[in-house]
This record gives sequence, C-alpha cells and structure tokens, in this order.
Amino acid sequence: MSTFLGMPSLPVYGTGNLFASESFPTAAHRELGNAQLRANLGHATHTIRDKRLKMVAELPDWEQLRDAGSAIKESVMARLPELLEQFEENFTARGGVIHWARDADEANAIVAGLVRDTGETEVVKVKSMATQEIGLNEYLEEQGITAFETDLAELIVQLDHDKPSHILVPAIHKNRTEIRDIFLREMPGADPQLTDDPAVLAMAARAHLRRKFLSAKVAVSGANFALADSGTLAVVESEGNGRMCLTLPETLITVMGVEKLLPTWQDLEVFMQLLPRSSTGERMNPYTSLWTGVTEGDGPQNMHLVLLDNGRSAALADEMGRSALHCIRCSACMNVCPVYERTGGHAYGSTYPGPIGAILSPLMTGIQAEENNSLPYASSLCGACYDACPVKINIPDILVHLRSVDVDSKRGKKKLPSQMDAGMKAASWALSSGKRLGLIEKGLPLGRLVAGPDQKITKLPGIAAGWTQSRDIPAPPQESFRSWWAKEHRKPDTSSAPEPSHEKKDQP
Amino acid sequence: MRIALFATCIVDAMYPATARAAVKILERLGHEVVFPSGQACCGQMHVNSGYLQEAVPVVANHVAAFDTDDYDVAVAPSGSCVASVKHQHPTVARSCGDKALEARATAVGAKTYELSELLVDVLGVTDAAAQLGSFFPHRVTYHPSCHGMRLLRLGDRQAQLLRSVKGIDLADLPEADQCCGFGGTFSMKNADVSSAMLEDKTANIAATGATLCTGGDASCLMHIGGGLSRQGSAVTTLHLAEILASTAEEPASVTGEVRVSTGKAAR
Amino acid sequence: MSAREEILGRIRTALKDNPEAPQIPRQYRQTSPLDESALIELLVDRLVDYKAQVSVVDAAGVPARIAELLAGAHSYVVPTGIDAGWLTGLDQGSGDSRRRLDSTAAPLSVAELDGIDAVVTGSAVAVAETGTIILDGSPNQGRRAISLVPDHHICVVKAADIAGILPEALRRIDGTRPLTMISGPSATSDIELERVEGVHGPRKLDVIIAR
Repeated sequence: MSTFLGMPSLPVYGTGNLFASESFPTAAHRELGNAQLRANLGHATHTIRDKRLKMVAELPDWEQLRDAGSAIKESVMARLPELLEQFEENFTARGGVIHWARDADEANAIVAGLVRDTGETEVVKVKSMATQEIGLNEYLEEQGITAFETDLAELIVQLDHDKPSHILVPAIHKNRTEIRDIFLREMPGADPQLTDDPAVLAMAARAHLRRKFLSAKVAVSGANFALADSGTLAVVESEGNGRMCLTLPETLITVMGVEKLLPTWQDLEVFMQLLPRSSTGERMNPYTSLWTGVTEGDGPQNMHLVLLDNGRSAALADEMGRSALHCIRCSACMNVCPVYERTGGHAYGSTYPGPIGAILSPLMTGIQAEENNSLPYASSLCGACYDACPVKINIPDILVHLRSVDVDSKRGKKKLPSQMDAGMKAASWALSSGKRLGLIEKGLPLGRLVAGPDQKITKLPGIAAGWTQSRDIPAPPQESFRSWWAKEHRKPDTSSAPEPSHEKKDQP
Repeated sequence: MRIALFATCIVDAMYPATARAAVKILERLGHEVVFPSGQACCGQMHVNSGYLQEAVPVVANHVAAFDTDDYDVAVAPSGSCVASVKHQHPTVARSCGDKALEARATAVGAKTYELSELLVDVLGVTDAAAQLGSFFPHRVTYHPSCHGMRLLRLGDRQAQLLRSVKGIDLADLPEADQCCGFGGTFSMKNADVSSAMLEDKTANIAATGATLCTGGDASCLMHIGGGLSRQGSAVTTLHLAEILASTAEEPASVTGEVRVSTGKAAR
Repeated sequence: MSAREEILGRIRTALKDNPEAPQIPRQYRQTSPLDESALIELLVDRLVDYKAQVSVVDAAGVPARIAELLAGAHSYVVPTGIDAGWLTGLDQGSGDSRRRLDSTAAPLSVAELDGIDAVVTGSAVAVAETGTIILDGSPNQGRRAISLVPDHHICVVKAADIAGILPEALRRIDGTRPLTMISGPSATSDIELERVEGVHGPRKLDVIIAR
C-alpha cells in the first residue's frame, strides 16, 4: 500500500434501508401465514422462472456469456479506483457533474440540495434500487419535495404506502384485485368503474402519470451500467417511464452505487444479453436508454451523478464476499429460490431480498447490525441461485462464509454457549474419530427405546424441536453399519479385506 | 478394483441397510470393498452451520482415514457428503492455514465418488437388471437431491439406473428439482420455511401415486420420510442403493411407516 | 478529506490484498452466419413476438406504406433529417399539412408533441435475434422526445442495417450518442406477471423493413 498523509480511509458499513429489524425466522413465520401472499408469490415466481429458462435455452453461448460477465465484474472490482477515476473524467468532460456520497444521509442531502437549486418541489422517479436503499423518497418528503414513482409496480407500492418485495417486480406480492382497490382508494380521479383487468389498470396508471411526465422539470434515476471508457450511463426498462424521465425534464439526477461500472463499451454486449433474459425472461427489454453527459438540444441539459459507497467498500473488503458486488440486480436468484418463493421479500427486511440480499445486506452493514446475522441462514443451500445467476455469484459459498463470520464474531463474547454452540462442539468431538463415533453408536438401541412401539420419535427438545415440528425421526437401528461390518470382517489381522461375497453373481 | 466405502455418519448410524446394499452391489460386480475404520463424518453440518473451527478436526479425521494407497477409489451413498469431501474439505483446510491438509484433502476428494457416479462412469453399469440383478416391482418416484444435482452434476445417472431396474414403475416427480427443505441445521433454524418446502415436496410425491420415494441422499430421505410419517402417509422412503441391491431372491424390505432399518432386514 | 478522496481511499484499503484482474474470456458469439433474407425473417419473427406490427417492402414501397399507416393520423412529426423520399407518398402538391418538423435547432415543446398522433423516424441499426431497433439521434431519427411522446411510432429499418446479434450491432454504433434501444412497444408485466403492451411509451410500434 502506498503511503498516505495521515491515516488511510477504512471501509465503512452502510446505512439506510439495509437492515432486517426482526430475525428472518420471525418475519418468515408471519409471512408464511399469509395464504394470499404465498399464492401470489408461487404464481409469479414460477411464471418468471419458466420464461427465463425458455429464453436462456435459446442462446447457444449462454455459459460463455456468463463466464465473460463474471470475469468482467471481477476485473471491475480489482480495478475499481482506477475505473471510477476514468469514468469521472469522461462524464465530466461531457458536461456532467459528479457527486460522491459516503453513505445514505450524504446521498440524500446531495439530491435534495440539487432539487432545491432548481426551485422545484416535485420530481419524477424511475425505479431505482439505490434510491430505495438510501430511503430517498422519505427524505425528500421531509424536505418538502414530493417524489413520484413512475414504474407501475413502484407506483402501486407507493400508493399503498407499502414496501417493495422484489427487485424487479416490486408489487409481486399483490394480485390484480388488491391493486384495483389501491387505485380506487389512493389515485386521485380514478374511475370508480375501474376493473381489475391488468390492461385497464395499466391505462389508469398511464393517465395518472402522463401529466406528471409532461410537466416534470427534475427527474431522479438509478443506473444499470456505467461505462468507464466513455462516461456513458444506461437504464434498462420496459414501460417507457424511464425514457420519459431521462428525456423530458431539464435536470436529471442519477444515483448509482460505485460497483456498477463496466470497463468498456464492448462489455455492454455481454450484459445486455445477460440482464433481460435473466430478469424478465425476455430476449430484450422494451427500452434501454444510454446517454453520455449532456447532448445539446436533446434531453436534460443539467446532468448529475451521485456515486454512492454506503457499505460497498466494506463488502469489497471481504475477500470471500466481494463478488456479491458483481450483482446486476436481475432478480433471477429470488425467482428460483425456494425460501423466497414462500416468504416473499419483506421477510428479509432490507431493500435487497432473496439470496443475493441474504449476502449483500450483511456484507454492506456488517454481520452484527440489527438482525442481519439471521439472513445468511435463510437458505437450505440448495444452490438454485448460483445456477441462475448470470454473473455466477457463488451465493451458497458466500452464505456459508457469512455464517462462519457470524459464529466467529460471537466466540468468547457469550457468557454461556448456545445450544447450537454446545451441540456443534460435542458433534465435532464425536465425529472426528471413528472410534468415538463407534462407541456412541453402541447407544443406538437406547434410541429404539425412546421411539417406543411405533418405532418413531415425534418430539425432541431444544433446537431439535424445530425438526419434530413437522417431521418424525425413525427409530435407530439395532446396530450401526460399522458394528455390523466389524462382526462380518472379524479377522485375525486388522486388515479390512472382505469376506468372499455370499451373493451369486449374474442374477437373476 | 478395491473400493473404499465411506458410509457417511447418517447412513452408518441410522441407515446401515443402505451401506450394506452398497457393499452388495459393488461385490456383485466383482469388486472388493474395504471400510476404513477411522472414518466418521464429512463435517458438512459444521461447515454449513458456520462452525469452521469445529469442522477442522472432522475434516482432518476423514482425510486421515482415506489418505491411503490401500484402495483405488472411494464411494459414498450420498451426493452431499461427496460434494463436501470434494469441495469443502480443501476450503476448510485452507481456512486454518494447513497447506499439507489442503493438499491431502484435495487428493482424497479427487478419488471419491458418489455411488451412481461410480457405477455409471467408472464401473460401466448401464443396465441394473442385467448387471446387478436388480428387481423391484413397485411404483416408485425419485427425488434428485440438490447437491447431487447442482454440486456434483450427476445429471440423470441415478434416474437411468432406476429405470433399468426390472419390474420398477418409475413415476416422474412434479417439480423434482425443488429442494425438499432439509438443508441441515436450516431445518431447525428456519423450521417454518423448511416445513413449508417439505409440505410441497410430500404433496408432489403423493400426487405421483407412488408407494415409495427414493433418492441418493439418506439425509434428504430421512427428512422427506419424517414428513410423510408425521402426515400419516403410507408412502415410505428408500435409498436408491437398496433398490439396486434388491433382487427377486432377496427383495428389499419396504414396509413400515418410516423406513426402519433393523439389523436383520437385509441379512 | 473530501467524500471523493475518502471513498477512493476506502476502496483502495478494501483491495489491499491486490486482487488480480482476470483476462476476459470472450468465447461467446461475435458474429452470426445469417444472410440478409434470413436476418429479415428472424427480425420479423422477433418483432411480431413482442407485438410490433411489421411490414417488409422494397425500398421503393416505403413511401406508400408510410402513407398507408398514417392514413388515420391527424398529425405526425418527422425529424428534419428524414429521408425526403420516404414522405413522397404523403405529399399531394404542396406537401402534407398534417406534418410537423422537429430538430435540435427548432424543437417542438413537450406539450406540442403530446398533441401529435404519430412519428416517423429512421433507425441506426437493428438486432435480428432480439427484435431490437437502435436509434442514435442521427438527423433521420431526431431528438429522443419525438419518438417517445406521440402514441404511434413508425420506424423504417433498412435491410442493410440489420445485424444478427447484439455484439455485431453495438460495433456499428457510437456509444456516446444519445441511444434508445427499442424492442417492441412499451410493456409492463407488473400485475401478476401478465404482459400488457403499451404503457407510457408509444403504444403502437410499426416497423417497416426496407429491402
């Protein structure tokens, strides 16, 4: 490391909407009780899953694209300071203004200041995870600035004073009738005859937002990609609300995490093939806008970009976890996740739900923040997320890594070991020697006594009660395999040569 | 070929009939089976639960038991334990800075196979009825466990072996690729979600009309079987090794609410 | 310390293990083997799949097709740089009174555009495999607003501008121009994943492929 004047800056954890305020099992328990939610989620995740599979299967070079995408992102992380400086130089040269924000508060204050400078009190917004993460809408409201979400799903969630539950389809937890009711209740001038036909509801949203689009002077957006070699920004969308926000207002304020960079224009060809197929299961999303600073006479003439750290540097500092920052927010991992499918996004607390959220949130906030240490355990490690990830983030491995970070962070801090701690210690002792395990297995017949005449164990104490909540355990056998084998192969010497087989070969 | 059996702790202690079945199959093919007596467990429960320190002695024990030239290949009747040996053991060794252990773990992992992988790829079994005498006249459905499917990429090896068993009526399991919800300590730490996943799995099993669900991982089968038992279902679970070992003369026992492997059943 | 210095400092500290930037494997397809008629066929298939209306005509047939599509429009806008020949089917004697011209030098207001029924533009390049048309703000495509606000977009794609796959298409354009990639009319799947065509962008997209 080179020498700095004074202390080097240490990575700092993020703030904002990155925290689970209750433990995942508690939140999941509540969400699982909502039958409507589970039905909606089951339908939605299965639909996207199937579409994605179909679209991925169309490409003969999907795996090669994933390899390229993964390597490009790894290279971005390795070269991040240099690429950020290069991007800044290019963006600034084309008339844009860059602002750097250490955390959520700083980013919010910068955006509010920029809006105030325009004299406006309303902004239109394109769906953006980064502004959700920093709680921008709420902050602007406190400052007397109204932010209008323009993505249909975001609009639904905003009108209902709810929180998004999915990265890509934020209102995935609501069905058409619930949405109709929200429009009737919250949308000024909604037609009382409104039906719950999605096309009718979409037209109601169009009518509601069109005036806003046509008169808006300031827009706030996120960005899907930023190209270091040209200073270009990209927004990927479907409805045209993005184009409206990016094209019609006089001022555009974009908020983007520092990890969103791609080195070159050529890299875009990889990610624009990976992203739409992985997220909406389309060959290409209806609209993608790319802009490089200010274009005279076309689009916003005041262009700002807020580059956000907010815990990304902390995630980057974790060598095992840093590839979580490769995430392009496609949401494929949550669509294939059996846990997400049943609990929905709210159970994860943070802006980032599902498998990626279960690693990204604790990486950005530190494992000990609020209830975020429960997130890495919200997975059966089935691995479906890793297979679906277009940039090959090994989510199961990072989940396991973060579990060990969690366990290690508590070592020596507790007055009494937890049941899990004690159990793991005992199991480690028992399972690290064939002899000891063999001795313990001598007690198997005891388990048969516990099981009783119906030969099953239906109630266990302590943490194991979680198992017997919905599962029996079979009565153990009379003897272990080890013990049987020893009897079968009792020989004068200790070699484990088998007896000749009793079986006839070539049966039947 | 001299084949070392890694029984895995759960099969050793709870499902000895599965290990005995694996021995039978291999011996029927004319191979010699050895059982390294120092073996205990792969340690994935520790690793997957975040107890890396506690996993080190378990991994070291496994490596010590299997790091010998006394056998040609090792085999285990469990996809997830083999995945742990292959993928997790070197990582655990690395995490404690033990380079020598890492190298030995990598070597052990390289010659460790999951049962169907060994049968198909190494021993050339393509027709269980013809080559093993497998006979199992029951309607069976098959759950491909996650780690076999996604970590070992077993593909359809297990299903192919099952399909070639004489008399079997193999019913496709809807949403077969979905996790049963076991996930080791996940089933206790997140018991509600795990139970919800299990409920869907058992409902799909019931929908097949099979009397029995098989698979290549004893732990997943214990989970699924435990759920079926609690629900009062007549459907039971049986490891794929026991179906392959079953013959007309010596049929596998398939009765009992939860598959109970008594010492006598397979003798 | 400024936020900039501090954030860059944090990142440098985070990377103190000096991770290596890997070589990028680019084994994915760089070109497609299709000839012009196959490209047209694929593009049509993909556009239709995403609910665009498509017609394939000889270059000479473009004016007539445009005139036909605009038959019901009370007004339409074209960029000043549009190929003049395309509009000949609309000009009777002294030109078409429904036509409005737009350019960066003399832009129409958003309110004016909102009152216009349709827009006719050219395009920079198209991607057959994904059914994507890319506009780059060249004079025959105009400002981004004109292809956004009117509800009916008529877009002419020259056969020579059709690329097979995305990498080929992106190599043909300048990434620093204001770009819009269009794949079908605007759409949403936000309500129960049911696809609804036509939200905020033009609800109707007509593509004329000129051979």
